[in-house]
Amino acid sequence: MIEVENLHKAFDGEEVLKGIDFTFEKSKTNLIIGQSGSGKSVLLKCLLGLFTPEKGVIKYDGKPYTEFTEDEKKDLSKQIGMVFQGGALFDSMTVEENVLFPLRMFTKKKKKENLERVKEVLKRVNLDGSEKKMPSEISGGMQKRVSIARAIVNRPKYLFCDEPNSGLDPKTATVIDNLIQEITHEYDITTIIITHDMNSVLEIGEKIAFLKDGVLVWKGDKSQIFQTDDEAVTDFVYSSNLFQKVREAQQKEL
Amino acid sequence: MNYLHSIGEYFLMLKGTFHRMTKGSVLRGLILKELDDLIIGSMGIVSFLSFFIGAVVALQTALNLNNPLIPKSLVAYAARQSIILEFAPTFISIIMAGKVGSYITSSIGSMNVTEQIDALEVMGINSLNYLIFPKIIAMLFYPFVIAISMFLGILGAYTAAVMGGFVPPDIFVQGLQEDFIPFHLVYAFIKTFLFAFILATVPAYHGYYMKGGALEVGQASTTSFVWTSVVIIITNYAVTQLLLS
Repeated sequence: MIEVENLHKAFDGEEVLKGIDFTFEKSKTNLIIGQSGSGKSVLLKCLLGLFTPEKGVIKYDGKPYTEFTEDEKKDLSKQIGMVFQGGALFDSMTVEENVLFPLRMFTKKKKKENLERVKEVLKRVNLDGSEKKMPSEISGGMQKRVSIARAIVNRPKYLFCDEPNSGLDPKTATVIDNLIQEITHEYDITTIIITHDMNSVLEIGEKIAFLKDGVLVWKGDKSQIFQTDDEAVTDFVYSSNLFQKVREAQQKEL
Repeated sequence: MNYLHSIGEYFLMLKGTFHRMTKGSVLRGLILKELDDLIIGSMGIVSFLSFFIGAVVALQTALNLNNPLIPKSLVAYAARQSIILEFAPTFISIIMAGKVGSYITSSIGSMNVTEQIDALEVMGINSLNYLIFPKIIAMLFYPFVIAISMFLGILGAYTAAVMGGFVPPDIFVQGLQEDFIPFHLVYAFIKTFLFAFILATVPAYHGYYMKGGALEVGQASTTSFVWTSVVIIITNYAVTQLLLS
């Protein structure tokens, strides 16, 4: 579980996050949604420790990050898995080497044991048989799956995903969404996903935080998002033609 | 002010490079890879250029010595001095700024724009140490490249002068040995070590701190070549002033 209390972050005097309060729950897919420039990525980078907030507290399993010793911070980074928007696979390494990388860096196990774990994880993301391929030789969807495999290979406690299905066709995007949700439940981890894809929200939004201009304006889950009267949320949700037409059809029926 | 900021950032980068070392077994593999890419991969072009530039230096000297009072051994003497003192360490380093420097900037720059550096940081790895330290260690072998360049440059000069019929072989060898000052070799290798460090770190700085996309990676490579050359030329002047004057 990750708790965020009164989080503020500014760049060159301009406040990007304005007092965010939210709890990212364990064994749930927690979504941060909002328009571009709303502060989603900045919030994620604060949670990852890449940005230092000006004010506020981030607690990992109840303990504030500021109270972590250097060794604890190091341990925490080993418990974090991250799926980047573009995959961020090391392009000089094969699929297998990419997934093996965190194990090589942080475990003292023998190579054989590590390779077995890599095989197991690649099988979990349906990529067995692609071990020796280079990232440039596989599709965008497969790259995302390799990225997920690399993120979970070290059995993390927290999984962060930055727009994991951007640039993918709707079918592959759904596969990736479902895979992340399954892994979240299976590994009992706290998953935080940044997205502005309403399909993902409907598919896996077990807990949702909606940001607008650096302010948390709404929180809830996928079943509540269509019932809210909050103008900012409805603007965002119905900005898609598809959802707008569904709403019009529903209103006609009524 | 921007220049001062960049210089400060460069030294902070160096400080970060020698902190929080990467796991030894991983580092070993990275150093071997960099040795292959930066040192072994440069041998071909360095050998080719050294041999032919050495040959041209000898030819030019021979063709411009019309006075019968000037001994023919001067061709070998001039070739030796120009190759050992400037051509091999400095001229080859400028070429390496184009070859190795661009490679370092573009490889680190590409990792930067594709979030691979962020991925390393999120995993708790010191990306500066992981990316730059192996390059610095690999470039410690750069003096071997320069030694080979010196040898091939003089061999090229010998081939052109002797095969071209300008200087008899024994006179050429005699010219090579005339007034030889061993400290000139020490001077050449001291500056080679400094150039090696510059070649590894200045392009790395331009790749690591670049912002933007693919177009900016190309621009960073060009800027990196220009600045690496400038720093090499200034260092060359300072070292020559300190050690030889």
